[in-house]
Amino acid sequence: MVDSNDKTPENKVTPASRQYPDPAAKLKQDPPTTGHSWDGIEEYDNPMPRWWVWIFIITIIWSVGYWIAMPAWPGIQSATQGVLGYSSRANVAAEITEFESRNEQFFVQLLETDLDDIRENDELHRFAINAGGSVFRAQCSQCHGTGGAGVQAGGFPNLLDDDWLWGGTMEDIVTTVTWGIRNEDYPDARWSEMPAFGADGLLDDEEIDQVVNFVLSLSGSDHDAQLAAAGAEHYEINCASCHMDDGSGDYFIGAPALNNQIWLYGGSPEAIRETIYYSRFGVMPGFETRLREAEIRAVAAYVHQLGGGQ
Amino acid sequence: MGILDHHKKIETHATLLLVLSFLVVTIGGIVQIVPLFYLDNTIEKVEGMRPYSPLELAGREIYVREGCYVCHSQMIRPMRDEVERYGHYSLAAESMYDHPFQWGSKRTGPDLARLGGRYSDDWHVQHMIDPRAVVPESIMPSYGFMMNRELTRTDAEHIRDLMSVYRVLGHPYTDEMMDLAVSDFFAQVDEFGDDVTERYPGAQQRNFDGQPQLTEMDAIIAYMQMLGTLVDFDTFVPDASR
Repeated sequence: MVDSNDKTPENKVTPASRQYPDPAAKLKQDPPTTGHSWDGIEEYDNPMPRWWVWIFIITIIWSVGYWIAMPAWPGIQSATQGVLGYSSRANVAAEITEFESRNEQFFVQLLETDLDDIRENDELHRFAINAGGSVFRAQCSQCHGTGGAGVQAGGFPNLLDDDWLWGGTMEDIVTTVTWGIRNEDYPDARWSEMPAFGADGLLDDEEIDQVVNFVLSLSGSDHDAQLAAAGAEHYEINCASCHMDDGSGDYFIGAPALNNQIWLYGGSPEAIRETIYYSRFGVMPGFETRLREAEIRAVAAYVHQLGGGQ
Repeated sequence: MGILDHHKKIETHATLLLVLSFLVVTIGGIVQIVPLFYLDNTIEKVEGMRPYSPLELAGREIYVREGCYVCHSQMIRPMRDEVERYGHYSLAAESMYDHPFQWGSKRTGPDLARLGGRYSDDWHVQHMIDPRAVVPESIMPSYGFMMNRELTRTDAEHIRDLMSVYRVLGHPYTDEMMDLAVSDFFAQVDEFGDDVTERYPGAQQRNFDGQPQLTEMDAIIAYMQMLGTLVDFDTFVPDASR
């Protein structure tokens, strides 16, 4: 007999309320089984959830509508076009046209306004800086830096300072952006080339050393006065025609100014020696075919107001 | 439930189920894939496409080897923001000589489909050696080792063999191109060498990395400088209805 007060573990009995139901006992509300039986395991034949069945049916109906409305079935030459006339190519063209037409009045104004008068017109100037800024970030920032500071000593000019290679007026900037520098895509590209004085044997190592010191003296950098004095003559013969006697440079041929502390490839004696020995110069693509003329004017206005515009 | 009872016959007959499943998948496949081979909009012919020159092909092999496609796609989708930033959207025909194509669906770096001509060779060299030297916000790893890895005649012969495989796949490499493949491979980095552009119009022929020897850097830059430049969109206007 079971004594519920018997506390010895061996005799403990689980009350009926806490016992699992007999697995073999079938409940009244159980769904029917499929009739399959594997090793005594049977499978309930539950209906699929109603919501699932309805969504399934709706998607089938939706697909029929989609076939009619959108490009769908392939035919012999082309696919069915759909009555809505969807075309990703036409859509992107339409979207671009829409935004261009919204800005059209400003683009027209940019073309009609004299370059130097753009900044007189507040509204137009604001538009030019924003439009030019987005062009700059997409097309120019990779070399000139997102902020326009260039790459120090890497040969990519800083556009924030007032030292220019090819001139910093609006017109100069537009010309540079349109045709680029030293590229073969446009005959109007700005072009000049410094001779490789060392590599081509125009100056010997000693003479180059003297010129390096003279160039350093032009900008007031540390230099050897004796070597610099000897270098003055070589500078006058070989360099002054482009870089000018006082090292002020020449915008017309893109000769950098040497009489300041702004250096394109670095101002150490070693960097200057390498430039004189091998000659160095950068290139820039032209944007005549990549950008609209109004966009070129806008980006010029953006660059002009970065700090160094003339 | 009559029709479902018939279905039961298929469900309970393994071989029948296999054969009929295969039939259904085949029909689905045919309907989806076969039209791509004859529909006008997928085989749109465009002017200017040509197979890769040997050096460009070597650059492409390096591009694939280094897994550039993991971060860079080569497909400008027809969307305004992409077209404004990268240029004209890509056409199917522009990948016709890509095995495998480099479309990609994820961009960690920018799309490269129209990279050609956007930067100078010098920029590419500096950027590959130290990406942050020119783009401070870049997270691209350095590939400067390519400057030191010289390409030899064996590499050129490998590329020639690759071209002959592509020829089997239908790339229009002529006998002349095959004969000159090895010499073209080296000529493309020599501005004064045999004119490679005669056989590969639009190819660029110059010393790309500024070093006297031919390196992997030359090959990858030759490849990057021609990406997306073959079709002239001034003269070619894609059919908007496609």
